Amino acid sequence: MTQSLAITKFSDLANPTRFLNLSGRILPWLGCLTAALFVAGLYLSFTTEGDYQQGETVRIMYVHVPAAWLSMMCYSVMALSAIGTLVWRHPLADVSHKAAAPLGAAFTLIALATGSLWGKPMWGTWWVWDARLTSVFVLFLMYLGLIALNRAMDDPSKAARVSAVLILVGFVNIPIIKFSVEWWNTLHQPASVVRLDGPTIDPEFLIPLLVMAFAFTFLFFTLHLMAMRNEIWRRRVTAQRRMAARMASRES
Amino acid sequence: MSHGFYIAVSYGISALIVAVMLGWIWLDGRARQRELAELEASGIRRRSSTSGTGDSA
Repeated sequence: MTQSLAITKFSDLANPTRFLNLSGRILPWLGCLTAALFVAGLYLSFTTEGDYQQGETVRIMYVHVPAAWLSMMCYSVMALSAIGTLVWRHPLADVSHKAAAPLGAAFTLIALATGSLWGKPMWGTWWVWDARLTSVFVLFLMYLGLIALNRAMDDPSKAARVSAVLILVGFVNIPIIKFSVEWWNTLHQPASVVRLDGPTIDPEFLIPLLVMAFAFTFLFFTLHLMAMRNEIWRRRVTAQRRMAARMASRES
Repeated sequence: MSHGFYIAVSYGISALIVAVMLGWIWLDGRARQRELAELEASGIRRRSSTSGTGDSA
């Protein structure tokens, strides 16, 4: 009885109209928090010391690393939503992974561009086809493929089911990206923050990095909620236009 | 080229991508809300808005 009540409450929250109301109330706060975190993060990014080896270019890391984390987190959010689509067939799950794909592509593009701009002065090259860089490039292509797939199909629920299968199959790339620096001999350095034995990075760099990581994470959730609301409205417009066309044909 | 150049271009590109993403989502939302308002004004309402019950996307 208690369990069924909990399930009812959960499905009430997952109702698109309730989602629109709730997200409308949360979004201004989320936007302000994101802006405040970016102000603090950018201030720290440009006031902390340079690295003894990387020099001033360490500041590129405060954008590159959070964007790279977000590119993987966004795909993980999409994989969870894909499970929601395939197991519970919930329309909000369809909306969630469709809305997240362009955001994931944007964060991956930031990671690739800033990584390349750091690589030129530090490695002496813009790009190498090593395991980490190649697997992240594959992730970028997967995001583009998913966007194209969603736009190519007229029926949103069918597009969502096909995309969900593809997202789950493509999820194999996420551990490959994460562990590529350990499994293969890469030019890209191994993890220095998320490690079993704790971060090996000095607090001078760790603090701005974490503040920027939180700023990027909140930016993602703000944009994701906004994009999900847009997608719900888009589907309502389509449904209402179809209804209007039906009414018009009945009258004539 | 100096390190400052690579840092400036990195932050510039990131800011540009975030600004384009934010602008696109913002404008998309405004356009969809306008379309819904136009449909409402022409008397086309959602079935659930008349009965007052829950709905689906």
